[in-house]
Amino acid sequence: MTEDVRIHPDSPVKESSVSTEPEPQAGPDLGGGSLARLTAENATAERDQPEQTGHTITLENVDAYYGDARAVKGVNLEYAANRVTAMIGPSGCGKSTLVRCINRMHEEIPGARCEGRVLLDDNDLYDAGVDVTAVRRAIGMVFQKPNPFPTMSIHDNVAAGLRLTSKRSDDVGELVEASLRGAGLWDEVKDRLETPGIGLSGGQQQRLCIARAIANEPEVLLMDEPCSALDPIATLKIEELIHELKQRYTIVIVTHNMQQAARVSDTTAFMLMGELVEHADTEKIFTNPDDPRTEEYVTGKFG
Amino acid sequence: MSTTPSSVALEPTGGRRRQTDRVMRVVLLVLTLVALVPLVLVIVKLLGSGLKALSWKFFTTDPTGSFLGDPGGIKSAILGTLEIIAVASAFSIPIGIGVALYLVEYGKAGRFASVVRYFVDVLTGVPSIVFGLFVYAALVVSKVGGSGFAGWKGALAVALLMLPVVTRSAEVVLLLVPDDLREAALALGAPRWKVVWRVVLPTAKPGLITGSLLAIARGAGETAPLLFTAAIVQGTTYNLNARMNSLPAQIFADVGQAQDRLVTRAWGAALTLVTMILILNIVARLYSRRSRLS
Repeated sequence: MTEDVRIHPDSPVKESSVSTEPEPQAGPDLGGGSLARLTAENATAERDQPEQTGHTITLENVDAYYGDARAVKGVNLEYAANRVTAMIGPSGCGKSTLVRCINRMHEEIPGARCEGRVLLDDNDLYDAGVDVTAVRRAIGMVFQKPNPFPTMSIHDNVAAGLRLTSKRSDDVGELVEASLRGAGLWDEVKDRLETPGIGLSGGQQQRLCIARAIANEPEVLLMDEPCSALDPIATLKIEELIHELKQRYTIVIVTHNMQQAARVSDTTAFMLMGELVEHADTEKIFTNPDDPRTEEYVTGKFG
Repeated sequence: MSTTPSSVALEPTGGRRRQTDRVMRVVLLVLTLVALVPLVLVIVKLLGSGLKALSWKFFTTDPTGSFLGDPGGIKSAILGTLEIIAVASAFSIPIGIGVALYLVEYGKAGRFASVVRYFVDVLTGVPSIVFGLFVYAALVVSKVGGSGFAGWKGALAVALLMLPVVTRSAEVVLLLVPDDLREAALALGAPRWKVVWRVVLPTAKPGLITGSLLAIARGAGETAPLLFTAAIVQGTTYNLNARMNSLPAQIFADVGQAQDRLVTRAWGAALTLVTMILILNIVARLYSRRSRLS
């Protein structure tokens, strides 16, 4: 598995060039062993010029409605670049809804709307002049249930973002390979790229969906309970993958599983009944939260 | 039908319940057999009376119109039916699928969509002769296009009949396409029309084909809309603006005749028509097996 993945056309994947590329240093807890080695070798280069590949998402006073029902209430939150932020909270607390406001998928539901500001760096994604398809290209999403396109091969699933947005790529094959490597799936599927995507196991399908999302070269990756339909081994693989992906992306992951939040995230946001209760470093949330409700939730007193 | 008494105090199935079960099974089986009787009789009679009419000449000659001599075959009727069905399908299938796409992808639960859905349901129940009557009154009487009866007018009547059938079946199939897939495509930044074109339609394709073929089969067997729109003639024509023969119309014309040979020709034409529809149904079934939608 190759950890270093370059999917922008100006920096194509070349295994030989991996060690010469400065790697962004995101946090102290880098997951994969080979990645840690890789970053150690380039430690000097990183400190000299920290490459900022991720982008910040800022929520200002976000309200989300289903018809008249207010599912998210005045949330202010900042997702730091190249960090994994976990969203936790009981069912129906609005965490998925909030995440779907970030890539403007919430408004696809009839009667649903979102108010407030969502900023990608300094750009308001809800500005009147903003093309919603551009927002969704910039902010990739992985869903709860693996949803590869059933009529498409593995290759076409990964390349679907190109076809669906009329974007051109100089080398689709290279992009597909880079994306599949990035999702840790390349070695398992490289000999059967033309077989249907739905022929894969659930965990492989979910990684295929991650490959499909990153083939679009997004800035931010939203994951809405990406492991809830997977077994523990497939879950572990996805979690390892998240550690690698945050080198490139700002990641928001919704999860019901508090152990998972503790394992994968740098910061954790706890939501309750549409409100953001607390957002802090993951360690703090799970050991010494400020709000008593957070403590009750993470210690299993309710929810 | 044995029961294993459990060590826990679970009572064994009572004798009366077992008896009722047995009686009901027999009753249902008998009802099923009763329903099969006419179907089997139709097939036996069709084969018995129709097979002897079939010959190479039967398919390759037009009806002669001669009552005493050789009555000729059903070439014009077969070709007429194919032409009418082709034209009717060319209109009703794209429009029907288009309406279904509108209802499922855009109209959804809106008021206009609900009204359209209701009218489609009403149209499905309209007797076929009403469509024929409508086309007769609107196009035949006033000789639109220069002639009264015309193949394209018959095709239009059949298309009107097929339209709600295509729409309804396409809507059901499109609704079966999981919303997950639409969301996945939208989340990749696809505009809605591309979601429909690249994801929804390919996923629904086998089901759409099945539904369309069944609608064709339905339209191919209709007599009433053709009798006073395309009329009944003897000769083969490829001119859509001329009177055009068709299998149902040919059967209708022949079966009332006093000549045995003409009645036999009606049976031969009926067998041909049923075989055509059977083939359509088999192809439709093969396509529906390809579907990945449950």
